[in-house]
Amino acid sequence: MHTTIRLFTYAAPSRFYALAGRLTPWLYALALLGAALGLYIGFFVAPTDATQGESYRIIFIHVPAAWMSMLLYLAMAGWAVMGWAFNARLASMVARALAPTGALFTVMALWTGALWGKPTWGTWWVWDARLTSELILLFLYLGYIALVESIDDTRRADHAGALLALVGAVNVPVIYFSVRWWNTLHQGASISMTAAPTMASTMLAALLVMTMAFWAYAFAVVFGRTRAIILEREADAEWVQALARDTSKETA
Amino acid sequence: MLDSSFALILLRDLRLAARRRIEVLLPLVFFLVASSLFPFGVGPEPQTLREIAPGIVWVCALLSAMLSLTSLYGGDHADGTLEQMLLSRRSLTLLAGGKALAHWLLTGLPLLLLAPLLGLLFGMSSASIGVLTLGLLLGTPILSLLGGIGAALTLGLRNGGVLVLLLVLPLCIPVLIFGAGAVTAAEAGLPVQGHLSLLAALLLLCLLGAPLATAAALKISVD
Repeated sequence: MHTTIRLFTYAAPSRFYALAGRLTPWLYALALLGAALGLYIGFFVAPTDATQGESYRIIFIHVPAAWMSMLLYLAMAGWAVMGWAFNARLASMVARALAPTGALFTVMALWTGALWGKPTWGTWWVWDARLTSELILLFLYLGYIALVESIDDTRRADHAGALLALVGAVNVPVIYFSVRWWNTLHQGASISMTAAPTMASTMLAALLVMTMAFWAYAFAVVFGRTRAIILEREADAEWVQALARDTSKETA
Repeated sequence: MLDSSFALILLRDLRLAARRRIEVLLPLVFFLVASSLFPFGVGPEPQTLREIAPGIVWVCALLSAMLSLTSLYGGDHADGTLEQMLLSRRSLTLLAGGKALAHWLLTGLPLLLLAPLLGLLFGMSSASIGVLTLGLLLGTPILSLLGGIGAALTLGLRNGGVLVLLLVLPLCIPVLIFGAGAVTAAEAGLPVQGHLSLLAALLLLCLLGAPLATAAALKISVD
């Protein structure tokens, strides 16, 4: 590499495309290994919970998924706003690429939450503050995806999505606290995580390893999707044309 | 004041509405019809109806406020008026504010007059009806303000009418919680001031933020 790496070196779609392509296999490997290790610790090493038995073990998927769903929304809003404010094309593309993965993690958190709720609370769903906020987060993701997919002009789609994500991000705390308040008014306190006894260190280790695996997976998928978006949008650029020529030569 | 884009747009929208009276009445009729559907679905027991009345009235108010959103900027966008407004050097934020106020005067305020009637239909006590109306007074302007952002973002899109619902309704959930919560608290004999204060706080936040966001959305959509 002759070029010195500066802060914005990889803001150029062509360079990012190459870098992301090199990193993706490693990220997938990391995700697979991490998930295998985390699930092993979670399912076989971590002790059985005194009150919930074995059913609590879904926590090792549920909690990392819920963390990721919230984190990815903030990341999406952050990149989208960067793309809007500084007219950075790549930032907008990354924001677009983040949305489906974030929505996937939200669905995963809701689904595993329901599976966990059935043996623990005796019901698939309660209108608990956390569950309801997560559901609303899913609506916010769906709104963002629906809006950007409905606008044909990419520039307008990116910027409109950025504004919506920003309004959503401002609203998330308001929604969370109002839902919490609503919930405490309507029904008595449900099972609270903070009241649970302190976690065994193996449980914490499994949680952290799973979270790391989810991070790696999110990076890998988002990189892959960003690369596809780059090719789609830069289809007329010289380097994409050259890439297409090389690929067709290889396959011929 | 009369010269500012706020007052100009407000008076213009009200004048336009006065010439198309049926259109203005449609959301109101929807509000009435949709609310009256619930007893058929839930059953006519007065006790149940009284309990769910605040929720019904609030959800129907929310939906009827959404109904007219597509036409908020849609007409002006279609005939090119909006482009001229953006080209003029007047403040876009004030324009968005004027539009939102006009929307509220045409859809929110009539709901306030109709809500006590619905309260009577559902057998609510007069104290609860008072709290319901007060909540709607504070809450419906928020719906118009947030709706303006959604309307500006979905301007001229093929599926704008449904899309705006998906964008705006989740953002309106806190309004629903505090608005309906105030009535429930009043019926349980609890103080309602907290709910109403929070509604007022949300209103202030939206008054400050929503016109700015709407102006930015208009610029994005029309550019």
